[in-house]
Amino acid sequence: MSGTTLYQKRRHTGARRGVEPLYYLFLVPTLLVFTAFVVVPALIGIFYSLTDYVRFGDWSFLGLSNYAALFSDPRILESYGFTLGFAVVTVVVAQVIALALAVALSRRIRFATTLRTVFVIPMVVSGIVVAYVFNFLFSNSLPAIATAVGFGPLEESILGNPDLAWLSIVIVSAWQTIPGALLVYTAGLTSIPTDLYEASALDGASPWRQFRSITVPLVAGFILINTILGVKGYLGVYDVIVGLTGGGPGTATSSVAMTIFGGFTGGDYAYQMANATVFLVVTALISVAQIVATRGRAVQL
Amino acid sequence: MTTDIAPRAAAQRPPARPQARRRTGGRVHRTNWPLTVLLGLATLTVFVPLYVTLSMAFKSSAQSADGNAFSLPAPFNPAGFAEAWELTRFPVSFAISLAVAALAVTLTLLLSSLAAYAIARNWSHRFFRWSMIYLLVALFLPFPVVALPQIQLTALTSLDNPVGVGILHAMFQLSFSVLLYTAYLRSIPIELEESARIDGASTWQIFWRIILPLLGPMNATVGIFAFLASWNDFMMPSLIMSDPTLQTLPVVQNIFQSQFGTSYNVAFASYLMAMAPTIIAYLFAQRWVISGVTQGAVKH
Repeated sequence: MSGTTLYQKRRHTGARRGVEPLYYLFLVPTLLVFTAFVVVPALIGIFYSLTDYVRFGDWSFLGLSNYAALFSDPRILESYGFTLGFAVVTVVVAQVIALALAVALSRRIRFATTLRTVFVIPMVVSGIVVAYVFNFLFSNSLPAIATAVGFGPLEESILGNPDLAWLSIVIVSAWQTIPGALLVYTAGLTSIPTDLYEASALDGASPWRQFRSITVPLVAGFILINTILGVKGYLGVYDVIVGLTGGGPGTATSSVAMTIFGGFTGGDYAYQMANATVFLVVTALISVAQIVATRGRAVQL
Repeated sequence: MTTDIAPRAAAQRPPARPQARRRTGGRVHRTNWPLTVLLGLATLTVFVPLYVTLSMAFKSSAQSADGNAFSLPAPFNPAGFAEAWELTRFPVSFAISLAVAALAVTLTLLLSSLAAYAIARNWSHRFFRWSMIYLLVALFLPFPVVALPQIQLTALTSLDNPVGVGILHAMFQLSFSVLLYTAYLRSIPIELEESARIDGASTWQIFWRIILPLLGPMNATVGIFAFLASWNDFMMPSLIMSDPTLQTLPVVQNIFQSQFGTSYNVAFASYLMAMAPTIIAYLFAQRWVISGVTQGAVKH
């Protein structure tokens, strides 16, 4: 304790090298723009969530009643259920496929560079455009194929089926985000020394055992990064849904983001700001929980 | 430790192959053909949507409506492109997309490299440490949370246009980019700067002449992320921009969802024109893009 105060005092009395004013000029403009465009809107939004504001005109304080209403609104709860479920399923699907591809690409295969080039293509195309293309495939081609082979469940478009429409969003979201994760895993795999595999092979370890006991622990840090960034991205899902289902059929695939944006035209502005605030807390809690749950699991060489 | 081992492992890899082959009599460690074939088949997941887009774009409007997405165009009919070009005002929306992305990339590179440099070199000072934490908050701030107030704010300040979208895109890249830059700056030896300082260089000169060039690989990484996020975004321009004639390329594609009477071949010609620029750019610069993204993965 005394050490800290001593340290601080020393700093305040200027015994340490002072900060050159130019450094403030480097940093402060960024802080100001960031505050004006991100932090202030966030605070305004949180403030209005406590009112009955409708985007224009007068407003009065409501306290927490927007929040109370939120937790008993089936439409809102459904959107959270869908968004969380979608994020969990997609992050698992995308990470498993990305890691499998990265491991496969690191093996003794031919055309590894070309194959990787192809697998990364989805990363550079626009999500909404891809969703439009897949929309056509799901509503025309897939039913046509299903009819031709006589597979009943898929003869109707899955986009029109309330129980299956979410699958299309998982598929397109995963398609689009696997490349980024794949590159991260490739970076992780190249940092593992090959002698580890050679030594374990001499000890008779099977490829699966090597994967479990060498690969996974050593890329755990990368799995963590991918999962955290992935979940955050999937929770904000919007573009892909717009291109595929528009939130339908009914509200079956309506994500939290879509519900919030509805507040701009639907007249429940303040209510949706409360929703946005809850969404912020949920997103932050999930990220923190992921970091805490996996802390210390990553093996550092 | 990790960084020490990585280059050594990389250096060892080339001789490892012939050795292993010799030891096992050239049998076990040969090319894994089944895996190669399997991966080749997996590329169909990427190729099929692209193939369908390409072939649909060159069909006649009658053929594009026959429900068979996988057939080749017969007759070969590029007329869809002319119509798509007109409907989406392609040159305009392309130019606007490019301008928005250019603004987003420029702002991201400039603001985050300057901020990261100031933070990295003054880490012992509370103000700079806390600024870092303050900027990192946005890493877990999804756009939908602040979207509604931002729509209002941009409307009030007459930024409900491509300029506003470019600025907002940069704002949402800031946290990640500052994180990447500070991590990278820590790996640049401070002696370089100190010797320049002894030679009489000011901090301003040091940043532009020494630091910025040294940040080269990270500039590429940050720039690629910022460009792709901005160029491909639908959510922000569609919500922020009030004038539909100033919309970006991804957003104008929605006319094919609402407008009756346009055929699939026109829609797909338009999708192809929207996708092709980044795919072509990527194929030419792929080593750059891949190493850039990989840098981003390793450095934070």
